[in-house]
Amino acid sequence: MHEVGIMQNTLSMALKQAQASGATQVHELRMRIGAMSGVVPDALTFAFEVLRKDTLAAEAKLEIETVPASCWCARCQTEFPVPDLIYECPQCHEPSVELRRGLELELVSIEVS
Amino acid sequence: MCQECGCNKKSEAGINGTYPHAHDHDPDHPHSHEHGHGHEHEPNHEPDQEHRTIDVNEAILDQNDRLAERNRGFFKAKGLLVLNVLSSPGSGKTTFLQKTIEALKGRLRVGVIVGDLATENDAIRLRSTGAPAVQINTGTMCHLEAEMVAKAASQLKLDDLDLLIIENVGNLVCPASFDLGEDLRVVLLSVTEGEDKPLKYPPLFHSAHVAVVSKIDLAAATEFNRDLALGNLRQLSPKAVIFEVSAKTGQGMEPWCAFLVKRHQELKNA
Repeated sequence: MHEVGIMQNTLSMALKQAQASGATQVHELRMRIGAMSGVVPDALTFAFEVLRKDTLAAEAKLEIETVPASCWCARCQTEFPVPDLIYECPQCHEPSVELRRGLELELVSIEVS
Repeated sequence: MCQECGCNKKSEAGINGTYPHAHDHDPDHPHSHEHGHGHEHEPNHEPDQEHRTIDVNEAILDQNDRLAERNRGFFKAKGLLVLNVLSSPGSGKTTFLQKTIEALKGRLRVGVIVGDLATENDAIRLRSTGAPAVQINTGTMCHLEAEMVAKAASQLKLDDLDLLIIENVGNLVCPASFDLGEDLRVVLLSVTEGEDKPLKYPPLFHSAHVAVVSKIDLAAATEFNRDLALGNLRQLSPKAVIFEVSAKTGQGMEPWCAFLVKRHQELKNA
């Protein structure tokens, strides 16, 4: 729902890095987005296409790596995936409170020249 | 942020009806790399061009998270228990909080920060309990951020309080991503909303420390399936302590209030 704001922040971070390195063009932004981050990759891409205009990233691609959610079961000492966002350990059926992956919302790297 | 919901810059939020004309600080403040990132690498896949990859590895909401952590340390030093109360619009947050404050009289001194897009109505309602309440008008923004909370908190005499309640903007999506520096996230689910609400909004429900099923006096009229709702909450909010309340009749309010008193005591003793 707030992807435009998130994308605006991301783009600002990317442009700041690009300028600091003396780059004149940004070719790619790589983001890592967790399944539980509350952000929809398609909406981010849409926002990016609007926001990149008239910036160093006007021609840039947006690559999004999505991270599936996974939880840690303290009892079984295993990490298990939660594709349906139900946090029950498949072995002991205890609900897990520890989300190990899936909350990522990161700018990983940019490619510039 | 949040322009998609119509939001503008965050510092434009008004507190108690006054709107700042300028930013308190430059949002583009220097942002050096604490972790030593940002170093440049030689191109590893495009030898023909001068393309190069710069590693950034920064969390997009890093700034909010840092401010939230600062709030948390500040509140902790004051011995304050802090709640971030979240729900859909109309789930009964304000009435629930009014009754909570009244029931806690003589046990905990409560202050409130309340976020809404517009109007000071909620703050006025909450002040009728005698508790100090600061209204944040977010303009068109769909959630509160840590910086707004820090500003609003500075208008309260925190040394005279035991419990600070932050009533977030009614929304089950965006506030999930924004840590405010609270001790406990409290999510309300009213019986009129349906048993499957937690299934529809997993990130927010997963982050809850407390889940409150509200308006239980209407359970029969809405044919609310209690077992199904509690089952959903246990699955989607595995770490949450669950309370079932009716702010209107007072049913279930005492266990909730006793829980807050106990948590505050634990915090003071820690």
